Amino acid sequence: MLECMSSTLAPAARWRSRALKLAEAATTPLVPADFLDLFAPMRPGAELRGRVESIHPETPDAATLVIRPGADWSGHVPGQYVRVGVDVDGVRCWRAYSLTHGPRADGRISITVKAVPDGQVSPFLVRHTRPGTLLHLEQAAGEFVLPVPGPGESGGPDEHDRRMKLLFVTAGSGITPVIGMLRNLYPSTDTGVLHLPRSAAYDIVVLHVAPSAPDSIFAADLRGLESAGVIRLVARYDDEHGVLDLADLDALVPDLAERTTFACGPGGLLDAVAAHHEGRGLPLFTEQFRVTALVAGEGGTVSFDRAGVTVDCDGGRPILEQAEDAGVLMPSGCRMGICYQCVLPMREGVVRDLRTGELTTAVPGETAVGGVRIQTCINAAAGPCHLDH
Amino acid sequence: MTTIQKKPGIGQTNPIAHLTAEDLELIAKELDDIRQSVIDTRGERDARYIRRVIRTQRSIELGSRVVLLASLFPPAWVVGTAGLSIAKILENMEIGHNILHGQWDWMRDPKIHSTTWEWDSATPAAQWKHAHNELHHNFTNVIGKDNDLGYGIMRVDEDQAWHPMHLGQVGLNFLNALFFEYGIAAYDLEFRGAIARGKLKDPKFRREFKAVRAKIRRQVTKDYVVHPALSVLTGSFLSTMAANFTANTVRNLWSHSVIMCGHFPEGVQTFEKRSIDGETKPEWYVRQMLGSANISGSKLMHIMTGNLSHQIEHHLFPDLPSNRYGEIAPKVQDLFARYGLDYCARPLPQQVYSAWHKVVRLSLPNGWLDQTNARNLPAQLKRLYQMSTGGPKVRRALQARISQEQRRSLVEAA
Repeated sequence: MLECMSSTLAPAARWRSRALKLAEAATTPLVPADFLDLFAPMRPGAELRGRVESIHPETPDAATLVIRPGADWSGHVPGQYVRVGVDVDGVRCWRAYSLTHGPRADGRISITVKAVPDGQVSPFLVRHTRPGTLLHLEQAAGEFVLPVPGPGESGGPDEHDRRMKLLFVTAGSGITPVIGMLRNLYPSTDTGVLHLPRSAAYDIVVLHVAPSAPDSIFAADLRGLESAGVIRLVARYDDEHGVLDLADLDALVPDLAERTTFACGPGGLLDAVAAHHEGRGLPLFTEQFRVTALVAGEGGTVSFDRAGVTVDCDGGRPILEQAEDAGVLMPSGCRMGICYQCVLPMREGVVRDLRTGELTTAVPGETAVGGVRIQTCINAAAGPCHLDH
Repeated sequence: MTTIQKKPGIGQTNPIAHLTAEDLELIAKELDDIRQSVIDTRGERDARYIRRVIRTQRSIELGSRVVLLASLFPPAWVVGTAGLSIAKILENMEIGHNILHGQWDWMRDPKIHSTTWEWDSATPAAQWKHAHNELHHNFTNVIGKDNDLGYGIMRVDEDQAWHPMHLGQVGLNFLNALFFEYGIAAYDLEFRGAIARGKLKDPKFRREFKAVRAKIRRQVTKDYVVHPALSVLTGSFLSTMAANFTANTVRNLWSHSVIMCGHFPEGVQTFEKRSIDGETKPEWYVRQMLGSANISGSKLMHIMTGNLSHQIEHHLFPDLPSNRYGEIAPKVQDLFARYGLDYCARPLPQQVYSAWHKVVRLSLPNGWLDQTNARNLPAQLKRLYQMSTGGPKVRRALQARISQEQRRSLVEAA
């Protein structure tokens, strides 16, 4: 039987690969996809893209984008994030955003974006994206997902005490992955919040921290879920309650010791929660939003990751020269910034154009997969850099 | 020290003798500012432009290839061949050339990037970037260093001694025009030099030679095997082959003409190897200014030449987006005027004529063409025959006499 299968499958596969070779021979030096993309950018086999279908304002500075992903989108689990590539003023930028809905019946996905003041990408997504915009996507990723209840914890009112007890600590846009989980557990409909059997296994407290009440994205969602009785909401607004002190955590969440904590927000909050929980031996899962900003300085160590060499570069001379002095075999050409033969991908770091002073920054997670390509003959290190070479 | 140390020849003047070192610094400062003004405003509009050009080119190419599936029918052949010629010209000029210059690298789009792009030409992008971006753009019009100048096969300046073999350079240049993409591939490989120096076994040469051979095989298979075979159903195998050959030839003639116009018309300066020793950035800028020529014309002309019609601006700023050259051209032209420099710009037919005239003039001994008229033609032809068949001594003696006559007639004219 198996033999029979393989002998019928093999010719089909052979024909397919022949057809593909022929298409490649007919389109070289381009590839068939370059022409197919003219008509069907979302087709199976295409680079993963998504089309923005609608934009829903959440607060004055945050909005939810509903996106139809390309045919090869392989789905996600609530709490996961997606990397989105968007052309901001002509420049391709990548950012990670939490998926705010659980898997939807209509196959759409959504991200909620808060416009960061002085940000490059988020204000663009919130204010300048229009329905129909094509975005670049990567498959959903992230370990920050809702734990599945064990056999002893499966729902029922009589098993009230054996429900899975969770605490979500969120700050600012750190609420977004949590909202994704909550919407999946308790879908909102026109007639109110649905109580699904699978959701009865959870006992959830959300501690949400924000500078002030109206600015809190999903504030209405959270309040709706609370009034439906499916979560307990502890909202702490800096202007109203003062800045959160973790010493008050026991007072805010009396059964803290019984809960597993999921924290999502900026690095400062996560560090504080981690220190607090470590001291008490409490279980904690975290996800950091918005990585640390790179600060440009003068010179820095340049690591050539593939060569396994690190060169201490000063800020006054091109990376190319100093790497060569240190014995790294570098691609090079005109050495004056016009021939583009010395271009190498920078995965992380800041460099300064010695002709103009212009800075180029590569933040992991915010560049295309390979990093940002820089000309090494006219750029000097302006901080620690990692080059893929 | 100035850029041009060359002694002015007969009827020539040093075009930058009037500029002081401070002038050069000021020119460089102004040019840096122009460059910066474009970089500061690069954005959405430019990205939309290149994407639209790429989309248009691919649509034209696809449409033409489809029409050519029935190329046996003459109207289909004409439309398809015209479309494919246009598509190939756009692909080489406004798209390929400019992307490979890194003009669009700032978009950080891996599909429109100098490190990933490959173009519809016999020469592999990587080798072309070395020969063109590095050598030609750096050593623009420096005799002996810039292979684009006569492609290493022609006499390009009066200072190069005339030899009878130069009589053949008109025909050679025409052949090069017809098969331009292969000519480029050969000189990107430095093929002649490799033969001359016996370096055909050199590992670097062999590696590059293999890359060119593989690229040519792919290109030839596409145009002369795959697409003709696809049109075999309509009995159009041979006619599609002919259409593709025609489109390639049209593209070759066009790009050769445009590129000749960039550095070869009368009025464009060439430079001695010695003159660029210790050259400063301002001097480099001025060499680019004087070593390039523009083509004036419509917007369509600029797009079809890949904006190499703005050769001067392109040579000053090789990595600025091509759609911006036209915008900064008035500023650059104004700068030329204020510093008393000659901004060489003429319509295409005039520049092409001028460049070919120079090829013809330099294929003959210095001054021969100028001094020849209907009356003295027999005598001049006799001299040319003597110079072509005689040895170096004969050539030197007769050349001296022609130059003397030329000098005398210039004095009389003055």
